[in-house]
Amino acid sequence: MEKRVVFRGWLLPALLIAPQVFISAVFFFYPAGQAIWQSLFIPDPFGLSSQFVGLGNFEYLLGDRFYRASFVTTAVFSILVTLCSMIPALFLAVMADRLIKGSGVYRTMLIWPYAVAPAIAGVLWLFMFNTRVGVVSWYLGNLGYDWNHVLNGGEAMGLVVLASAWGRISYNFLFFFAALQAVPRSVIEAAAIDGAHFWTRFWTIVLPLLSPTTFFLLVVNVVYSFFETFGVIHTITSGGPQQSTTVLVYKVFSDGFVGQDLGSSSAQSVILLFVVGMLTIIQFKFVEKRVHY
Amino acid sequence: MAQERHGMVEKRGAGLWLTHVFMILGVLIIFFPIWLAFVASTVTQPEIVKPPMPLWPGDQMWENYSKALFAGVNVPVTTMLINSLVMAIGIAVGKIVISLLSAFAIVYFRFPGRNMFFWMIFLTLMLPVEVRIVPTYEVVAGFGMLNSYGGLIFPLIASATATFLFRQFFLTIPDELAEAARVDGASPMRFFWDIVVPMSRTNVAALFVILFIYGWNQYLWPLLITTDPEMNTIVMGIKQMFPSGDDVADWPVIMATSILAMIPPVIVVVSMQRLFIRGLVDSEK
Repeated sequence: MEKRVVFRGWLLPALLIAPQVFISAVFFFYPAGQAIWQSLFIPDPFGLSSQFVGLGNFEYLLGDRFYRASFVTTAVFSILVTLCSMIPALFLAVMADRLIKGSGVYRTMLIWPYAVAPAIAGVLWLFMFNTRVGVVSWYLGNLGYDWNHVLNGGEAMGLVVLASAWGRISYNFLFFFAALQAVPRSVIEAAAIDGAHFWTRFWTIVLPLLSPTTFFLLVVNVVYSFFETFGVIHTITSGGPQQSTTVLVYKVFSDGFVGQDLGSSSAQSVILLFVVGMLTIIQFKFVEKRVHY
Repeated sequence: MAQERHGMVEKRGAGLWLTHVFMILGVLIIFFPIWLAFVASTVTQPEIVKPPMPLWPGDQMWENYSKALFAGVNVPVTTMLINSLVMAIGIAVGKIVISLLSAFAIVYFRFPGRNMFFWMIFLTLMLPVEVRIVPTYEVVAGFGMLNSYGGLIFPLIASATATFLFRQFFLTIPDELAEAARVDGASPMRFFWDIVVPMSRTNVAALFVILFIYGWNQYLWPLLITTDPEMNTIVMGIKQMFPSGDDVADWPVIMATSILAMIPPVIVVVSMQRLFIRGLVDSEK
């Protein structure tokens, strides 16, 4: 889509885009270019010179047991976060949609966690499950379950998943609720007249009508669990125990800043870049499709 | 109207009560972590380290909060709050201003390189700061911007999401308005200030809410570039309040800080709920 009416001149628009061009060039394109460039080199231990290795860093990474493990960890983590945040959100949205009065109050209450930063969410959940002072871990202990996410990788994963999914419930709830409100009542009533009960109507009519929203949220939540959960993982587990919660973005950080392995860290950035690219394409393809509906 | 909308399929009696029960349960479960943090911020340290801690607020609220605000652990929380506020507002205002200007340029002008510019901003949508942290850190360090507001803000306004949004919106402004402005001999910037900016008010406000929370909740970037506690933001500063090694954390103060860290974004989201939801839907479209 283009404007028919436009203003003349090139100096003014050049000045108008200058701030954005400058900031994007300096803080975006140059660093992104650097990441790609550095991924082709191995710096010597003193950082004085670096040796060109072509795709050597990538070859090494793909053969690296820990890196492959991190891929699996990321996949498990993002699937779990997506499910744990979407299913409760859908359930709550369906409940809220049934109410004539009061859904606004519930919505206001449910919005809260969205505003809580992932890193703060991490601190809150760490506090509840802390092995020494945590309330939940204490009650679990009373029930005979010895909770220790510091030593147990599975429990560590469970905790970061819960803490990451928690804030996302708000987000997913808002989108599901809006989509439910847009479902035409006439369709529902027709089914009701035919004797379809609530859950029958839900599975056969409402859920299929929600599928564009569901698909959109799937993609968005996967992107979220890839990139915005660093704070949760850093505050709760720091990637441990034994790298059981080291997702890809966390590994870029720990190899690049803690391990000072710039070549490998950059190569990981480039791999992530492809992953984000794919996800973005999926997202845009889907949005294109939705426009036609 | 609402009555009519639900009409005959609305459950009455038991079903309705059950729905309320589920909603209340859901809200309680989702609220529990926040409630627990609040309770912890109002009791004494001994009450927490001897589990189970109480589930009802104590009387130490004033002590814990004033200790957090004015003494803190490494740095008073007041300092961190100010840093977060500067960063969040800087990111929101900075991004909105540069995006309004460049979106105006690409929609209302035809200039050489316009297409390239458009693709350039499209590319920036794809790469979150988490992916390019090492080289971006080097750039910021090279400019001597570690431990500065500039270093906190600029790398985070480099993506062009907002430009994209404003472009979409500007395309919906009727052509007649620009035509009339041109006939009247108004300069492009005049048209921008008198017509385009006022018409974008709601979009600007909605975007402000989203960007404020985005900026406030940043963690990784401030963690990397603020080595000086005086420049810590509150969201990343909390982790720094945990002692290293086996020492016991000062839970009441840490929890008071967590509550303080969530108050500004919660106020923004809850008080501007409509704008927030609109911003959310807009920015994901």
